[in-house]
Amino acid sequence: MNEPLLQVSHLGKRFEGIVATDDLVLNVAAGELHAVIGPNGAGKTTLIAQLSGQLSPDSGSIHFGGNDITTLPMYRRSALGLARSFQITSLFLDLSVLDNVALAVQARAGHSFHFWRNARAEPELREPARAALTRVGLAERADRPAVALSHGEHRQLELAMALAGNPRMLLLDEPMAGLGPEESVRMVEMLRALKREFTILLVEHDMEAVFALADRITVLVYGRVIASGAPNDIRANADVRDAYLGEAEAEGAGHG
Amino acid sequence: MTGWFTARNIAIAALLAALLLLPVFAELAGNRFLLTLFTRIVILALAATSLNLILGYGGMMSFGHAAYLGIGGYAVGMLAHEEVLTGFVQWPVALAASALFALIIGALSLRTRGVYFIMITLAFAQMAYYIIAGLARYGGDDGLTIYKRSQFVAPIDLSNKVQFYYICLALLFGSIYLIWRLVNSRFGMVIQGVRSNDLRMRAIGFPTYRYKLVCFVIAGTICGLAGALLANHTDFVSPAMLYWTRSGDLIIMVVLGGMSSPFGPLIGAVALLVFEEMLPFMIKLLGTPLFGEAAVRGAEYWQIVLGPLLLLVVLFARGGIVGLLSKVRS
Repeated sequence: MNEPLLQVSHLGKRFEGIVATDDLVLNVAAGELHAVIGPNGAGKTTLIAQLSGQLSPDSGSIHFGGNDITTLPMYRRSALGLARSFQITSLFLDLSVLDNVALAVQARAGHSFHFWRNARAEPELREPARAALTRVGLAERADRPAVALSHGEHRQLELAMALAGNPRMLLLDEPMAGLGPEESVRMVEMLRALKREFTILLVEHDMEAVFALADRITVLVYGRVIASGAPNDIRANADVRDAYLGEAEAEGAGHG
Repeated sequence: MTGWFTARNIAIAALLAALLLLPVFAELAGNRFLLTLFTRIVILALAATSLNLILGYGGMMSFGHAAYLGIGGYAVGMLAHEEVLTGFVQWPVALAASALFALIIGALSLRTRGVYFIMITLAFAQMAYYIIAGLARYGGDDGLTIYKRSQFVAPIDLSNKVQFYYICLALLFGSIYLIWRLVNSRFGMVIQGVRSNDLRMRAIGFPTYRYKLVCFVIAGTICGLAGALLANHTDFVSPAMLYWTRSGDLIIMVVLGGMSSPFGPLIGAVALLVFEEMLPFMIKLLGTPLFGEAAVRGAEYWQIVLGPLLLLVVLFARGGIVGLLSKVRS
C-alpha cells in the first residue's frame, strides 16, 4: 500500500504554445478516490487523455501498478486494468446496450480472433455484462439500442462499460456532466458504492459531489497543480479560494 | 411479433428460390441469355458481398474493391496463357494473390481515416489497373482471351453453363453464410465496434488496426474468388475489370441492396443489373406512345434515369432495399 497505484511525475504537454499540462505531479494510492478539479480550461480532460493514452505527453512519466506506461498505446493500458469513461458520451450507439458492455468484457477476455461461434450466445461474455448493467441499474434496458437511451442512462452505461472490464482503476471524466438533480444523486450513490472496490480518479465539475466523495482532491489551474490534499484542507486553502472555488466553496460547505 | 414471416424474409426466400430455379426457367423459355446474365449477377453479387464485410459491417469505405476482382481474374488468365490450366493451381493462386494485395493495401491505408482512406484505396486500385494495362505479354490494354476454362476433375466442367451457374451460386451462398458467421463472432463484434466507434474500441482495450487488417484481407480474398469466376465466365480478362468505375458499381450494389445485411449486396446486384438490362427497353416501351421516335433515341441515355433513382434510394431508404422491406408489415 505504500507505493501509489498511479504515479504521475513532472508531466508536461503543450499545444501550439498553450501549456495544457505544466510539470504536473499526482499520486493516487490504491483504494482511494482522488478527485481532480479546476476551472474550465485547466487541463483536466487533457490529463485524463494522457493517462489513458489517447494523447502522449511531451515530458514526464506515468507509472501504473509499478509499470512505466508513459508510452504504452491505449489498448495496452486498458489491458493492465486502467479503465476510462468519457466526458462526452462515447458509446457504440448502433449496437444494443448489452453489446456495448459485452464488448468491454470481451476486450479483457484474450484476443478476439474467434471467427465462428456466435459471440452473442457466449455466457462468459454476456453474464459479466449483465451483471455490470444490473450494478448501474440498466438491466431492463439491456436489449435496447444504445441510441435509444436518455442522456442520464448513457452516463450509467459509460460506467457499466468501465466496470465490466474488471479494472484495477477507473478514470472517470465528468460522469455527472449534464445530469438532472435526481440523476446526479443516484450517480453519487453509485460512485460511493464503487469507491469501496476500485481506485478512482474522478474529474468533476460538480463540487457537491466532489466534496461528498473524494478522499483527496487535487486542484488544477492552467495545467498546474496549485493544491492537493484532503477535502477540508482544500476548502480552507486560500490559493484555491482565490483561483477557483469562490462561490462554489459556499455550496460545497453547505453540503458538507 | 410476426416471427419469420416478415415481408423481408419472404422476399429473400422468393429471390433465393428464383435463383435456384433460374436454369430450369431459362431452359423452358429457351433463353440462353438469361442464364448468362444471371451467372454474371451471381458473380458480381459475390464481389459485392465481400465488399459489404468491410464497408457495411466494418465501416471501411474502400473505393478500390474492383482491384481484387481484376487480380483474381488475371491470376486465372495469366496462368491459362502460360498453359497452367488446372483450377487446383489457378484458383489458390488467385486467392493468394488477392489476399497478398489486400494485405499490402490494407497495411498502408488502414493507418488513415475518412477521405484519405477512400483516396488511398482508390489510388492503389488505379495503380494496379495501370500496371496490368502495361503488361504487353498479357494483352495490355486489349485484354487477354482465355481459351480454356479452369480444369477440375470430372464431373466438374466449368464449360457446362448450367453447372457453372450452380457452382457460382453455391460459392455465393457459402460466402454469405461464412460472412454471416463471421460478423456475429467475437471477431465480428470487434469489427462492428470499430465501425461504430474506433476510439472507444481502443480505449476499452482492442488493438483495432490488426482486426481491421484481417477483415480487409478476408474481404479481398473472397473478391479474388469472384474475379476467378468472372474470368471463367467471360473467357476474357481486361484491365476494365479493375477500373475505378467497377469499384463504384460494387459500392452502389451494397448501398442499394442494404449495407450490413447478409443478403443486401445480392439483392442490390440483382436489382442494379436487371434494371440496367431492362431500363432501355422500358423507356422505349413507355416512351414511344408519348414521344414517338424520340423515345427510341432517348433509350440510349437510360443512365440518366438510373442516376436519380439511385439518388432517391440513398436519400429516402437508408437501409437500401432490405431496409424498405423491413418496414413493410406482412
